[in-house]
Amino acid sequence: MSELSAVLVIAHRDFIKLLRDRARLVSDFVFPLLLIGLLGPALQAGFGSPDGLDLTTFVFTGVLAQTVWQSAAQGVISLIADRDEDFSQEMFVSPISRYSIVAGKIIGESLVALPQAIAIIGFGLLLRVPMSIPTLVAVGVTIPIIAVFGASFGILVLSNLSNQRQVNQIFPFVMLPQFFLAGVFTPVENLPPFLAILSRLTPMRYAVDLVRNAYYFFQPSDVPATAATAPENLTVIAALFSIFIVVGTARFVRSERNR
Amino acid sequence: MIRVEELVKRYRSAKQNAVDGITFDVGAGEFFALLGPNGAGKTTTISILTTTLAPTSGRAFIDGHDIVADASTVRRSVGIIFQKASLDLNLTGEENVRLHAVLYGLYAYAPSYRLMSDAYRRQLQELAALVGLEREIRAPVRTLSGGMRRKLEIVRSLMHRPKVLFLDEPTAGLDPPSRRTLWEHLTTVRREAATTIFLTTHYLEEAEQADRILVIDHGRVVAQGSPASLKADLAREWLVIDADDRAGLRAELAALAIRFSGDGPFQVVAAGAAVHPVLRSIATPLTSVHIHAPSLEDAYLDIVSRTADE
Repeated sequence: MSELSAVLVIAHRDFIKLLRDRARLVSDFVFPLLLIGLLGPALQAGFGSPDGLDLTTFVFTGVLAQTVWQSAAQGVISLIADRDEDFSQEMFVSPISRYSIVAGKIIGESLVALPQAIAIIGFGLLLRVPMSIPTLVAVGVTIPIIAVFGASFGILVLSNLSNQRQVNQIFPFVMLPQFFLAGVFTPVENLPPFLAILSRLTPMRYAVDLVRNAYYFFQPSDVPATAATAPENLTVIAALFSIFIVVGTARFVRSERNR
Repeated sequence: MIRVEELVKRYRSAKQNAVDGITFDVGAGEFFALLGPNGAGKTTTISILTTTLAPTSGRAFIDGHDIVADASTVRRSVGIIFQKASLDLNLTGEENVRLHAVLYGLYAYAPSYRLMSDAYRRQLQELAALVGLEREIRAPVRTLSGGMRRKLEIVRSLMHRPKVLFLDEPTAGLDPPSRRTLWEHLTTVRREAATTIFLTTHYLEEAEQADRILVIDHGRVVAQGSPASLKADLAREWLVIDADDRAGLRAELAALAIRFSGDGPFQVVAAGAAVHPVLRSIATPLTSVHIHAPSLEDAYLDIVSRTADE
């Protein structure tokens, strides 16, 4: 009971932080909207619809998944900022298990990603991205899954970094290539072989593809917009999630005590 | 209450031990002060005792519980005020305390203050009143002064009624009035909660109030005892006298075979009962007399400089 309460209070803290941190609020919401509002239509205007694929819709689904996944990952990595600001010692000296801290962080940051998803979907509706009620429900089901998946990736990254400076320097290198290799903006089917291999090794790819599985199931496109089926994506996500959580948490807990 | 046996900590990639085989114990309800220069190993010791850092070797017990094997029980029985404030600035004071209370399993979690149990709200108000923070407790931490933040941390650390309260340089960076009020509150806390206090500080007058002091340097114990006994070890109490007729006084001291130094005022080595005979034997009219008693600071500086010389 007390461990559950502890998980909840850690999650609650992350949620309050989102609401009170104006700068983050703006960047969390505005950046994805810029991508969808500008990049989608710009790609559409520049390249037309390759093989009949509507790029505004394609970029919308991609950015939705990417934002949720990345936000959850980044949120979990904020444990490092806590450490730099000396707040984490308050959590680490408390009697709750380290695993509860990690669990609270994952749940909290997944929750933080949800309002962003809602804002992005609202913006998609404004841009007249076709969406029926069943589409919304199906996409809505995938969002918590990819949020938790993103958070687990955050734990893995976190366990390999020791301070905020490293985070600032390394995080873009971990994230930016995934934007392209995961197929957020453009399909990954026709990549040259070595990029195709890298793409398959990109965790974000499976989050993006899962959201598209849900979206295009109810809004079929004339051309295939997904790289794999939903069960395939879910299987890979479950496997990667387990690996990230186990390895990341173990490494993180050990590095905190054995300095 | 605290037992430490041959504790050693060597940080990864460090060439020397930060803590190098220290042994001591602290009784229940004692006010214990750990002193030492920067880098002596004070914070390392506190981190190990509060289980956030694993020792390299040696053992330590808090209230009979092994800090490694029984870390969770130990964490429940200690409170800590860290050297650097560890508050979440995005939250209010109360939210910081609530986070703590729930992490320690004291109260069930609720998303707002109003929804927390009466017992929680009562305890919070009582502790806030104890340190004079009733009005500010629900304000955002960002708006609180350094002194108020420290008081907030004290409220927080006392929520789970710790048996031992660790204070790692609690007044560093505070202005003198804030330091004074903080100590007044800590004294009250100690009296009312009968908590064992483990203090590290750079302000020697704060350690002066301690029941016992342990001085460490380079990770080793260099002196221990009550403030009085540490000062007595130094045993350098002397008499300072002066006269308008300094030449006469000098001649008289020499004639009486009293050892002295200085060219006026003169320092005469004499302490306690030895002072009166010295004064009575002097005929030259004196213009000033005072006894220089070594402060804890003198004793401390002496101890630390001795170890530096070795």
